[in-house]
Order: sequence, then structure tokens, then C-alpha cells
Amino acid sequence: MTWSHFDHEADMGLRGEGATLAQAFGEVATAMTAVITDVALVKPLENVDIVCRADDEELLLVDWLNALVYEMATRQMLFSKFDVRIEGDTLNARAWGEVVDRGRHQPAVEVKGATMTALSVKQDESGHWVAQCVVDV
Amino acid sequence: MNLDVFSQHTAFRWEIAPRDGMRVPAVIFGDEALVAAMDEKVVEQITNVATLPGIVKAAYAMPDAHWGYGFPIGGVAAFDPKQDGVISAGGVGFDISCGVRSLHTGLKSDAILAHQKELADILYYAIPAGLGSRGAIHLSGNGMNAMLKGGARWAVANGYGHEADLERIEERGCVAGAEPDAVSDHAKKRQQDEMGTLGSGNHYLEVQRVAQIFDDKAAAAFGLAVDDVLITIHCGSRGLGHQIGTDYLKQMVMAANAFGIHLPDRELACAPLNSPLGQSYLGAMRAGINCALANRQILTHLARQAVKQVFPDVTLPLLYDVSHNTCKLEQHEVDGERRNLFVHRKGATRAFGPGHPDLPAAFQSTGQPVLIGGSMGTASYVLAGNAQSESLSFSSACHGAGRAMSRKAATKQWQGRNVVDQLAGRGILIRSPSFRGVAEEAPGAYKDVNAVVDAADHSGLARKVAMLTPLVCIKG
Repeated sequence: MTWSHFDHEADMGLRGEGATLAQAFGEVATAMTAVITDVALVKPLENVDIVCRADDEELLLVDWLNALVYEMATRQMLFSKFDVRIEGDTLNARAWGEVVDRGRHQPAVEVKGATMTALSVKQDESGHWVAQCVVDV
Repeated sequence: MNLDVFSQHTAFRWEIAPRDGMRVPAVIFGDEALVAAMDEKVVEQITNVATLPGIVKAAYAMPDAHWGYGFPIGGVAAFDPKQDGVISAGGVGFDISCGVRSLHTGLKSDAILAHQKELADILYYAIPAGLGSRGAIHLSGNGMNAMLKGGARWAVANGYGHEADLERIEERGCVAGAEPDAVSDHAKKRQQDEMGTLGSGNHYLEVQRVAQIFDDKAAAAFGLAVDDVLITIHCGSRGLGHQIGTDYLKQMVMAANAFGIHLPDRELACAPLNSPLGQSYLGAMRAGINCALANRQILTHLARQAVKQVFPDVTLPLLYDVSHNTCKLEQHEVDGERRNLFVHRKGATRAFGPGHPDLPAAFQSTGQPVLIGGSMGTASYVLAGNAQSESLSFSSACHGAGRAMSRKAATKQWQGRNVVDQLAGRGILIRSPSFRGVAEEAPGAYKDVNAVVDAADHSGLARKVAMLTPLVCIKG
């Protein structure tokens, strides 16, 4: 598992890691679903395409998560599988998931939005990427 | 928190003198134990707020303050547009106009207890709660815009409640100056099936018993006596408000350099009130307030329909409706002069004192009801605004207990099923779509609301009128 949660007093911190920036972004998205439900319960039955552009990698992370929040809210879906590609300032992604089943998914909480709190996107000396921020729930 | 950071204090008021770019002092209200237990982030955030252009008098943190986004939750700050004052999306928060509304049942607790389980089940069925729930109303196009302009007035005109409800809502149910055109299509689309839904997290509908009265005169004016039962709704502007916050936070961050505003924290993003972006956010944020007022009005209608199934004669008139995530244009006296200020309250409740012209006749002699939310098993409170609150904090008080523990820590400590069973053992029935959600919201994850309210009372922000304890909680 290359995603994790970190503590925030009122809300929830998400962290994703990967060999590439795109992989790390995909892991953060998985961490966001895990705030709501057990990711293993979400079947990858339908897919949605997402495009974002931002001035820097940190704002791109916030945009990516907020695009998913929007798709979750308007389609009543949860996502469990992500294929993310990032070139320059543009992110292209496909997210797979299914419509919320309240009985099976038992959603704990709704994510209101990704925030710029504890926001960081960094590559360490070995080239490994870590992306994180807090989501408001 | 290290108490040495405060340059001066009394028992309930802790002040940090201006330093490091602060234009005004930062002030935290609370007793020593509450302030000492606060996260260091509260000081960092409230001193950051004090650096913003056009801030007047001081940046304040209420006794329930905790780590927020840019502003601490429990933060209050007023800005003067004539002094290059700003408006901040982070200073309002994502859940615009989240608030609390209490309704009188006119029943005593023994009447409720005889039908407690039936009432809990009927309310849970009637109130859409939690992720994946949808409202019965679909709004788009002109209908959406009319709701954003009209707030609870729109809801009443469309059959959700009565004209008499409006007098018991801040702004009489509709804030002027809402601009639906300043609200993005994304925000409107997120809201199209969410009218009349509770949401999740710390939002709830509770049936509550008046357990104790502290101020007989105010309690009589508010219509409260021991053993009376209220229904209280805590929720906000749903997807629309969240999306407005997201949209404008990004725009304000990107525009900060152009405005020449130094942001010590990007979440503190703001725009001058006298700028197109500032005015645009103001219009969108006011539309968000109206959305929240309409949402609580529709939920009131749903609660009335549900309760009538058990108690056909009960009409559920409003005690009052307060919002605790807002920015409002208000007149306040500063240095002997009445000034028009934009008062941000992020997790803080307006608390107008006796005689304020915006209050309905019923509350002219007592001050405004200040409704303080609880956290499932714990008490809620009704306070009343004090005259001196204007000079203390631009007429503001606390809004709830505030979390003491993260959601992650709470789920390690409690299991939802056990929390529900334990509360049932104490006579409190919980209905929720998610046991994990219940664990994250366990009463023990919150600060002691009694201490918070006592600090608000002792510091003069608002005075205690009644304590309410839960009988039923519908949890989102």
C-alpha cells in the first residue's frame, strides 16, 4: 500500500507515494476513497475521464482531487482504480468505480473538498514522489 | 499551547500584541485549561489573520477554536472596505452558512419517551442523511437561481414552511446581494439533487430535552422550560457551498500577487472587498448563505411531516436559526464611530445583544438566541447575546465543542456499533447509515462542550440560558 492517512484535528490528511508523479497522484486518490469507505468494496465497473491544468504541481494535486470530489458528488459514484498521466501542466486521468451502494459501502463521510492545508508535492533524492494534502469532510 | 506567547491576559481573554507583520492584536477567549489545550496552530493561524489588509481592532478566536483552513475554526475578524479591507474564502469556510436551527415541539420529554423509537425511525426515514442520499427536489436553471436569491423566503413561497418561520431566521431568511451568476455551473450542478439533505460528518438532526435552565427571563422569552423537547438541525449549504469555496479559494490564491497581498498561508487567500473578484465572491457567498437557509427550511418541512405521523397536533415552530460560517456586512462601533464592516465568522456564532435592530421583537429584551451544537452523546446549549459582546468580539460567540481528536484516532479508539449501544444504554437513540461514521463522531472525540460554554459565559461573549441533552440523533 503506497497511500496513507495522516492526522488533522478536524479532518483527514491524504498521502500518496510512487515512482512517478502520476503514480503518487493516483495513490492520493485511493487514499481519498479510503476516507469514505473500504476501497476493496468499490468495484471498477464504470469509468470517467478527467482533465486538469494548473500552474504548479501542488495546485494540480488540489485540482485533481477536487475534480474527483465533483464527479463523486454529481454521479453519486465512488472510485477505486485510477490511471493518471501528467505532461507539463496538464493531468489526464481515467477513474473507475461504481455508483454508491449505501448498504454495501457504508460511506462514513462525504469529502467536501481538497484543501491547501499540509499541501506538498515532492520528489526525494532517489526520485521517489510523495504527494499530500488535507481534505475537508 | 505555550502560554508564554501571550503578552497579556485576564482569566478569560488572552492577547498577543502585534508582531511580525500583524496589523492588530490577536485575542483568544477561554479559560487557562482550554487555551493551554489548544493546538499551536490556532495561534499561528489567528496571528496570520491579524496580518490581513484592512483588519479592524483585533483578530479573535473563540473558546472552541481549533486548527482550520487559513483562519482557525472559531475565528472572527472584521474588515473595513474603506481601509482596503479584504474578504477571504478561507475566513468563511467550505460549508458556507453551516448553522443550527432549533424547533419547539411543545411536548414534554415523557410524551416523547413513550414514542422514542418510533420517532427515531420515522425521522431517519424522512431526513436524507449521509453520502449517497438525495433530496426529493430537483433544481436547475431559473429554479436554482431563484433559490439562491431567495433563501428560506424562496422555500416558504414554494410550500416548505410558513411565513412566521422567517422572522426567526437571521436576515429574516434571505440575505440581500446574492449573485447567482457569480456561482459556477459546477457548484449549481453539485446542488441540483441536494436540497433538503443533511450531509455527513458532524451534521445531524437531534431530538433534545431541556435539562437545565440558567436564565429564567431569557428562557421564558425563548419559550424554554425544563423537560421541554426541541428538535435541532445542524447542516449547511451542501455541495454548492463547498464548490463555491473551492472555486474562489483557487482564484484568490492565483490573484494574491496581483493584489499585492502577502499570504503567510495560501489557505488565507483573500481579495480586496473593492475589487471585482472580492465582489464576485461576496455575491456567490451570499448565494451560498441563501442555499443553506433554504436547505434548513426544507429539512424543517420534512421534520414537520415526519413528526406529525406520531404527534398529529405538533407544528414545530422555530426557536431560531443561526449560521456559523459567514461573512456579513454589519455596523459596529469602533473608537466611538459606527462603521460598516465585513465580519467573518468561521465556526463562530453571531451574538447580537438586547435592543439590536436586526432582532425580532421577541428577543429585543434578551438578546439573540445563540445555538451551540453538541456531538451526539453530549449536551447542546442555548445562550443569549450580551450587550458587551459587541465591544469584545464584534458580537460573536462560540459555535460548538470543537474536535479534540482526529477522525483517524477516533476510529482506533471506538467502534461504531459499541458507541451506538452505549448511547442507547444512556437513553440516546442513534440512527446513521454508517457505523464508521458514528465512531469518527464519537462524543469522546470532541472537547468538553460544558467548559467551552462556561468560558463563553464567563468571558461575556454570551450568557447561558439552557442546557439540552439528546434523546434521538439522526447522524449524517
